Amino acid sequence: MIKNLKKQNVWFVFTPYLWLVLFFFVPLALIFKISISVSEWGMPPYRDLFSFSENGFKINSTLGNYLFIFSDPFYIRSYLNSLSLAFTSTVLCLLIGYPIAFYVAKSKPSIRNILLIMLIIPFWSSFLLRVYAWKVLLQGSGIINSILIHIGLISEPISMLHNHYAVILGVVYTYLPFMILPLYGYLVKFDLNLIDASNDLGAKPLNTFVKVILPLSLPGIVAGSMLVFIPVVGEYIIPEMLGGSDKLYFGKIIWDEFFVNRDWPIASALAMSGIVILVFPIIIFQLMYAKYNFKNE
Amino acid sequence: MSEPFLQIIDVSKRFDNVVALDKVNLKIAKSEIFSLLGSSGCGKSTLLRIIAGFEKPDEGRILLEGKDITKLPPYVRPLNIMFQNYALFPHLNVTNNIQFGLKEEKISKEEINHRVNEILNLLELNGLEKRKINEISGGQQQRVALARCLVKKPKLLLLDEPLAALDKQLRVQTQFELVNLQYKLGITFIIVTHDQEEAMSLSDRMAIMKNGEILQVGNPVEIYEKPKDKYIANFIGTANIFNVLNKNNQIIIKELNYEVKNINNKENYVKCLIRPEKISVKKLENQSDNLNIGVVKEVAYLGSYTKYLIEVNGIEFYSFMQNSLVSDNLQIRWDDKVQISFNETSIYFFND
Repeated sequence: MIKNLKKQNVWFVFTPYLWLVLFFFVPLALIFKISISVSEWGMPPYRDLFSFSENGFKINSTLGNYLFIFSDPFYIRSYLNSLSLAFTSTVLCLLIGYPIAFYVAKSKPSIRNILLIMLIIPFWSSFLLRVYAWKVLLQGSGIINSILIHIGLISEPISMLHNHYAVILGVVYTYLPFMILPLYGYLVKFDLNLIDASNDLGAKPLNTFVKVILPLSLPGIVAGSMLVFIPVVGEYIIPEMLGGSDKLYFGKIIWDEFFVNRDWPIASALAMSGIVILVFPIIIFQLMYAKYNFKNE
Repeated sequence: MSEPFLQIIDVSKRFDNVVALDKVNLKIAKSEIFSLLGSSGCGKSTLLRIIAGFEKPDEGRILLEGKDITKLPPYVRPLNIMFQNYALFPHLNVTNNIQFGLKEEKISKEEINHRVNEILNLLELNGLEKRKINEISGGQQQRVALARCLVKKPKLLLLDEPLAALDKQLRVQTQFELVNLQYKLGITFIIVTHDQEEAMSLSDRMAIMKNGEILQVGNPVEIYEKPKDKYIANFIGTANIFNVLNKNNQIIIKELNYEVKNINNKENYVKCLIRPEKISVKKLENQSDNLNIGVVKEVAYLGSYTKYLIEVNGIEFYSFMQNSLVSDNLQIRWDDKVQISFNETSIYFFND
């Protein structure tokens, strides 16, 4: 195949790969290198992996960082916290996003475009700002508390900020479009006659949903869930801004190890383990899913 | 007609102020094949969707065996519909598609299997049970769609352009199969189609629709021979329509300058129809006064018959001549002068 490509086409094909290598694999390799290095005071705060001294060539590598983090339940708990946050918010995004995606996909083309733009408009403002806006809304002197006090439902502000519910709220709000858009992509192609056919054959609306609509939108559900789940596991900013001390999340732990404790090897080991634990099940799932889809094509 | 099986009473439907159906009335008998025929946008599909229950009429009622089903949701109506694109479930195989509807009923597993096998045999789908929908041909998909409906033993089967997705040869074959199947099962069929040949060959009776109204209901012969107006005459087959003059008790076909003598009914008709196959042309040999003379403008040899476009006094009309009797007709060429003749009984008079 490569033989048939002209020179400029070779560049055209390989530029994305080059990009991936330069900006993904190289940094990843660097992080991996740091993760097996030995921590020490200095700049950078780890010992060179290879050193030449009067004693000769020496490799200063260790698996101690990995052993350390896996022996400390603190790290494991934070990782589990992140997984449970990702899981909860994926489910919530799906529950909220599915009806929205369905409604948008089934509305008239003229209205549909307006609705899609409304979904995308929040992306035009900064992510940080949008999360900060939630802080303003939820805080003790915020709008929600003011209104509730004003109409007399509560007498003093309730604390809604700095707990893991606020984090879930922020995550669901931020990642909802990532669930809706792939779902919409599948649902918009959905042949409405199939719903009519199912009804006509005697299936009530709920059965039609379970037996026809749901199985046929499964690829969209999987795609949307991946787009929400994976980034939320490493999410740092939302827990940092909206979260409290009730639950620690993985992203924040890595940040703290890097910038507060200045223990780069431990931080890198955390990052690497996080990736490995998350990536392998996903790769296996994707392979199985691809096989399943292939059989169903 | 006996007691109507399906009765459509004053059904109207509007979509955003566009009238899709305007006070439609229809009576359909048990076990008949009834076609709704019309060009696109005439409201035939809307009517079918209202019968199926996917749309609710703005006004009017639908009675099935005397029972009002207007407000029933589609999943409790004892009828089924076959969609134009078949709407088979792509995630299910042939068997699962067919038994989909049975699983919604309270039927034992043995009974389901029995009925699925029965229908697989009837529609010659054996051997395809485990195939996915996209692994079978268009004709097979059509039969699966039919099987999926028939396995439910509906009282009424609605077919939306049932043959439109098939290629021409398969279509003709399937037409006969459909009629045979209907005869065997005795289920009432309502077929929506825009194809007049399909409607003529399939139906016991048909309704011609235009702009949300039913123009004429009748069997194919009635509709073809005695169309109510110019639109229907032109819609079904080829029509030669002439103006009729009524002067001093003389009925004259204006364009041909021909006086109709043997006519009993001297009503004030303004138009008449002579179907092309009822006009014969003959190459002119010797001038004779009492016969009309025309000029051949176009000749199209179509194997079993030949189409001639004839011009008389500046107006053009068609004559179709069978080629079964190989004769002088084959020698008629462009710009030849021909004698035109027709039987007066084949003139159909109507008011526009």
